[in-house]
Amino acid sequence: MSGDTIKKFLFVNRKAPYGTVYALESLEVVLITAAFDQDVSLAFLDDGVYQLKKGQNTKGIEMKNFSLTYRALEGYDIEKLFVEKEAMEARGLTKEDLLVDVTVLDRQAMGQLMDDQDVILSF
Amino acid sequence: MPNIDVNGKSYETDEEGYLVNLGEWNKDVADYIAKTESVNMTEQHWEVVDFLRSYYDEYQIAPAVRVLTKAIGKKLGAEKGNSQYLYELFPYGPAKQACKIAGLPKPTGCV
Amino acid sequence: MLHIINKSPFVSSTLETCLEVATGGSVLLIEDAVYGAVAGTILEKKVSAAQTKLKLHVLGPDLEARGMSGALIPGVEKIDYAGFVDLVSRHKTCQSWL
Repeated sequence: MSGDTIKKFLFVNRKAPYGTVYALESLEVVLITAAFDQDVSLAFLDDGVYQLKKGQNTKGIEMKNFSLTYRALEGYDIEKLFVEKEAMEARGLTKEDLLVDVTVLDRQAMGQLMDDQDVILSF
Repeated sequence: MPNIDVNGKSYETDEEGYLVNLGEWNKDVADYIAKTESVNMTEQHWEVVDFLRSYYDEYQIAPAVRVLTKAIGKKLGAEKGNSQYLYELFPYGPAKQACKIAGLPKPTGCV
Repeated sequence: MLHIINKSPFVSSTLETCLEVATGGSVLLIEDAVYGAVAGTILEKKVSAAQTKLKLHVLGPDLEARGMSGALIPGVEKIDYAGFVDLVSRHKTCQSWL
């Protein structure tokens, strides 16, 4: 799309995958947004950090394993992924447990990231 | 749901002709869909179709055309990683047409 | 009695309430509740302590889908769908917490 204004979009993800449809819906909107050459960031807070957990295998529940799609984001030029430090700690997770490269932010820095956006979409 | 019949077997498609069950795909189905799209499958066509299938395997999505072009350039060389080359192979759009032939869903973000 | 929980314990108080209310019997964690069975979280202590009066189970396919089939809280038993059916049939009553 050839517009002159590029806006800063932040997708806020706070739900675990599979139990509800929020995580998958968010990912689909992210991919669509990528087509419009905007400045897209993704934030993962609370249970949202579980979306990025390595080793997901959905054969047993007969749902699509969309965790693999997070690895495609780089090819869509979406490279700004932020994860909430406190959420990871509460869940006993570290960066090494996640399937993509992320920047870890504490809650205060997360708040500043939100303040810095033009558009926020919350899932 | 519309169906297509290939070699005596029926395959379910959506209203735009995309295969419903990815797992049912085979080369004969691909050839059949290609014919309905007036695409004459050559080695170059298969190269793109195979690439799309392995992309889907790895990422569980059909790539947007911009992403496909870039990824093909990386994998198969710059002379193939450009829209002119890909549109010559698939005149109605590499993502849309090649994905359909590859048995993938319509790319996300494609209207 | 068998208590079935399907909400993430980090989002909903269901698991906590259930563990305090239940007087005995079994608890089965399914769907997003399986995160409560995983070792190393801030909830581990509370969940683990409930095992003095309750037998805890977790549904394997839901754990695996979420990439959480690593370390479970000691004592929690992982079961499959057949085990789920077994568990239901072994208990006189069953409550699916909403």
